[in-house]
Amino acid sequence: MKETPLSNCERRFLLRAIEEKKRLDGRQTYDYRNIKITFGTDYGCCIVELGKTRVLGQVSCELVSPKLNRATEGILFFNLELSQMAAPAFEPGRQSDLLVKLNRLLERCLRNSKCIDTESLCVVAGEKVWQIRVDLHLLNHDGNIIDAASIAAIVALCHFRRPDVSVQGDEVTLYTPEERDPVPLSIHHMPICVSFAFFQQGTYLLVDPNEREERVMDGLLVIAMNKHREICTIQSSGGIMLLKDQVLRCSKIAGVKVLEITELIQKALENDQKVRKEGGKFGFAESIASQRITAFKMEKAPIDTSDVEEKAEEIIAEAEPPSEVFLNLLRVSKPVLWTPGTAQIGEGIENSWGDLEDSEKEEDDEGGSDEAIILDSIKMDTREVSNIGSQDAPIVLSDSEEEEMIILEPDKNPKKIRTQTISAKQEKAPSKKPVKKRKKKRAAN
Amino acid sequence: MAGLELLSDQGYRVDGRRAGELRKIQARMGVFAQADGSAYIEQGNTKALAVVYGPHEIRGSRARALPDRALVNCQYSSATFSTGERKRRPHGDRKSCEMGLQLRQTFEAAILTQLHPRSQIDIYVQVLQADGGTYAACVNAATLAVLDAGIPMRDFVCACSAGFVDSTALADLSHVEEAAGGPQLALALLPASGQLALLEMDARLHEDHLEQVLEAAARAARDVHTLLDRVVRQHVREASILLGD
Repeated sequence: MKETPLSNCERRFLLRAIEEKKRLDGRQTYDYRNIKITFGTDYGCCIVELGKTRVLGQVSCELVSPKLNRATEGILFFNLELSQMAAPAFEPGRQSDLLVKLNRLLERCLRNSKCIDTESLCVVAGEKVWQIRVDLHLLNHDGNIIDAASIAAIVALCHFRRPDVSVQGDEVTLYTPEERDPVPLSIHHMPICVSFAFFQQGTYLLVDPNEREERVMDGLLVIAMNKHREICTIQSSGGIMLLKDQVLRCSKIAGVKVLEITELIQKALENDQKVRKEGGKFGFAESIASQRITAFKMEKAPIDTSDVEEKAEEIIAEAEPPSEVFLNLLRVSKPVLWTPGTAQIGEGIENSWGDLEDSEKEEDDEGGSDEAIILDSIKMDTREVSNIGSQDAPIVLSDSEEEEMIILEPDKNPKKIRTQTISAKQEKAPSKKPVKKRKKKRAAN
Repeated sequence: MAGLELLSDQGYRVDGRRAGELRKIQARMGVFAQADGSAYIEQGNTKALAVVYGPHEIRGSRARALPDRALVNCQYSSATFSTGERKRRPHGDRKSCEMGLQLRQTFEAAILTQLHPRSQIDIYVQVLQADGGTYAACVNAATLAVLDAGIPMRDFVCACSAGFVDSTALADLSHVEEAAGGPQLALALLPASGQLALLEMDARLHEDHLEQVLEAAARAARDVHTLLDRVVRQHVREASILLGD
């Protein structure tokens, strides 16, 4: 399926927001989204969630004969797959450019930086070495695949245990996990990728872009570092022009971020280790069960709503006065805060369906009705409508029994109705609350 | 390789160069009559050939045409005899794809694509002998070929590689220095504005040394620019003599 193109309005909105240092989800420019790491029952299996981007990593091993020019080193193999469930645009044949880029970046970050000691993977020099294979699957694409994938890869490698092997002369014995405890891989350091997105020809930059931000960005700079502040890989992509000091600044920011993420990874690994040792329950079934399907809970967005009213008033006061046409339709009213997290400006335009229902309700009234509540609200409506009628009677309802007909005077009346309705509404403003609540009750019933 | 020191105490490298010295660069433009633009470059022992076709109508699917700019299509290929051991390299392997993507990214930024909407510019690069710094040689060759084809560009695109050994930054790495496994940086620079069209780095380098290495690579790229500029002027002079101006 072809990717849905981004509309110009949305693009402009995102770019304007970035110019004002605001992001859609309320983060600051250098903030990462929440990172969650969960482990499976097998060693070497993990799921990393960076916000909504989800990557599954699985490590497996096999005894093979080594490469000819590297007879004493084990083999590392990385493979990232963009699963079709990650985004509608990912199809089996179409994603080659992105796939090549991501795979090469991961390979360079993890293999060329020598984070795993390949010499320790050698069993019999020149004959048998361990081949470690890291498979990463992207389960959900919400931006910044490379960061999530690099974290998943390194966590899976740290978590993995390979079967123990002993060599006595010419005899090689491979122990099963029951005979001897599997052995972890020897990892020198943990390289983690940090992505920087550039906007407006390099004027603005954001860390950890989400999917929308990625669509409007000019280019991406990926810096992979470890916690000892060694840079493992730098890659600029997307055709942006960088300046040297921008690169240096980004590397400093990356250093800070990598420290935080490395701490998080260590904690997650320790927790899992503890749970396994104490015989507690572990695995995906345990860690994902906490989000029950019957409970709908959204994460709180980190936006401060304490001074929304004052800010909104300021904006309205400073904004240009709207044109004549809109002035009739919108009366600028004070924003009201109903509950924390929601705000409302104005009451909304009067429900113009009230005019239509009027004649229906008159018939209903005669028919008699069980629920007193309905009568009450009907009375309210009719009172309002009659009020309107009394002020100015532009609506002429025919008395014919056959069908409901509303004859509106051409042209000037529709507008007039609107204004009159709204002024009526304005008078009734204090009483609007109870009406609203009753209508809700009726809907519930 | 044990015992091979990349930088001796007197400051000489394996091939006798100093730390910031480039290898000998020789280049020629207009080597093919058939193509719109072509160039051949030798950087030490690294030899690369670049050919440019375009701007011409989009071949294949019309849907790929961009309404306001030209499409830049780059393909990288390295000959089977280019390395020490003969390697049969299938055309679509990951490294070639990645090189092609990086070249495309570099030239999309440098070529004034707005002048040729709905058209396509093809850049084909072939490496005949790889002795380190292949990306840099490809970019330099492609720059000359694009200039030979007469396609307007913002500026020269000059590339160079750099490494770091014994607290010294080395410019223009050869294969021996690359294979030693130290950090390697490749960058493509537009000399007039100092903007980096592409930056790529491998293997561990401490953050504090990054500036030094970037500086060395940028300086080397500027030296490459001086040489390429000379080559272009020479070519134009020869061409105008032939035309009898």
